[in-house]
Amino acid sequence: MARVEFAAALQRHVHCAAQQVEARTVREALDAVFAQQGALRSYVLDDQAALRRHVAIFIDGEQLRDRRQLSDRVHADAQIYVVQALSGG
Amino acid sequence: MATRILVGTRKGLFVLQKDFAGVWQVASTHFLGDPISMALYDARDDSLHAALNLGHFGVKMRRSRDGGNSWDETAVPVYPPQPQEAKDETPWTLSQIWSLETGGADRPGTLWAGTLPGGLFVSRDSGDSWELVRSLWDKPERKKWFGGGYDSPGIHSIAVDPRHSDSVSVGVSCGGVWHTDDAGATWQLRASGMYADYMPEELRGDPSIQDPHRLVRCASAPDALWVQHHCGIFRSRDDGRSWQQIYAQPSAFGFAVAVHPQYPDTAWFVPAVKDALRVPVNNQFVVTRTRDGGQTFETLRNGLPQGPAYDLVYRHGLDVDASGDALVMGSTTGSLWISENGGDDWLWFSDNLPPIYCARFA
Repeated sequence: MARVEFAAALQRHVHCAAQQVEARTVREALDAVFAQQGALRSYVLDDQAALRRHVAIFIDGEQLRDRRQLSDRVHADAQIYVVQALSGG
Repeated sequence: MATRILVGTRKGLFVLQKDFAGVWQVASTHFLGDPISMALYDARDDSLHAALNLGHFGVKMRRSRDGGNSWDETAVPVYPPQPQEAKDETPWTLSQIWSLETGGADRPGTLWAGTLPGGLFVSRDSGDSWELVRSLWDKPERKKWFGGGYDSPGIHSIAVDPRHSDSVSVGVSCGGVWHTDDAGATWQLRASGMYADYMPEELRGDPSIQDPHRLVRCASAPDALWVQHHCGIFRSRDDGRSWQQIYAQPSAFGFAVAVHPQYPDTAWFVPAVKDALRVPVNNQFVVTRTRDGGQTFETLRNGLPQGPAYDLVYRHGLDVDASGDALVMGSTTGSLWISENGGDDWLWFSDNLPPIYCARFA
């Protein structure tokens, strides 16, 4: 199963424990997480269900390519890491 | 006179309270570190609302029913799916709550929220759910709106008519002033007389591209509106049907305006040099006040830094209380002042707050 993990900066705002999920794409992986932790969805995705502009996702160390559809494939034991982009002051 | 002030800043919400000795104090701090784009007190149900704009994780709404001791996460306005055929340059995604107002004494639970990128939302249940006001969003003229200070246009002012809660005027940067008399079912553009000197000549008088920085309505004479516009000061005596330009010294450029709740001819402004130089004139920070409808202005400086000072008061950084005597003013430099005699004298409360986005009596 793929493992989805969230950066500490996000955990400050909303409960988001790491989860093991069955998924073929990043979209499926996140949907599986949101099914368990619904409040998390709007922190990661925008109104159009695209990845928020200042959030990044890495799959086994590779940055997500399809930020709109989240169609990047994930393999069975992928490590998916959701992290805030660096900005602000 | 008011005894509580909400101060929304880049790094938290500060609640100021007057103590038993009559001294203003920071009574509590909330959401420290998080940007607060707008805060609201709803006297109808004694609730507080805060709009957070988390840089990475989007807009979040919080509501307190116990004076700020505890906060609940409430619904966030969400734009509907953007149709492919819409051919809209503006993304249908919320980027900021820019204004938040109660919907009138006889409409308990109704809240209005103005947003970037330009959608007006309404809640009928104190913020438990929100609905995009499609009648305004779908206006063809919206495609002419453009951003002023932000990438996308936004609604920064919502002025409900206290005589008739279905009548609401909203100020759009940059998109003029829009008015409804039927609670948002239909809208009319009301910016005739405004003038935008930075536009190509043929568009300067176009009502739908005007940049009112802030729109306020007189509580006891609701047909009286004041606008601090990008290109100066404008006032209306007929509920926005026509606007007259007002000339002021030392400058008519600025963002904020407040109108006296009883006297429609009395209004306050916080001038900066000009569009391209947004600092106080001569580096002396002042407030201007008219008490004759804009024919003359007084320059108020007692208690304000007379130099060198570079404070700028943003559009929601100035407020007057229901008595008309108390004023609060917060700057993007993190300074905050309070006056209790209509601006004649100012108490310099702090110059070490984070950049102030909004300051309002509650």
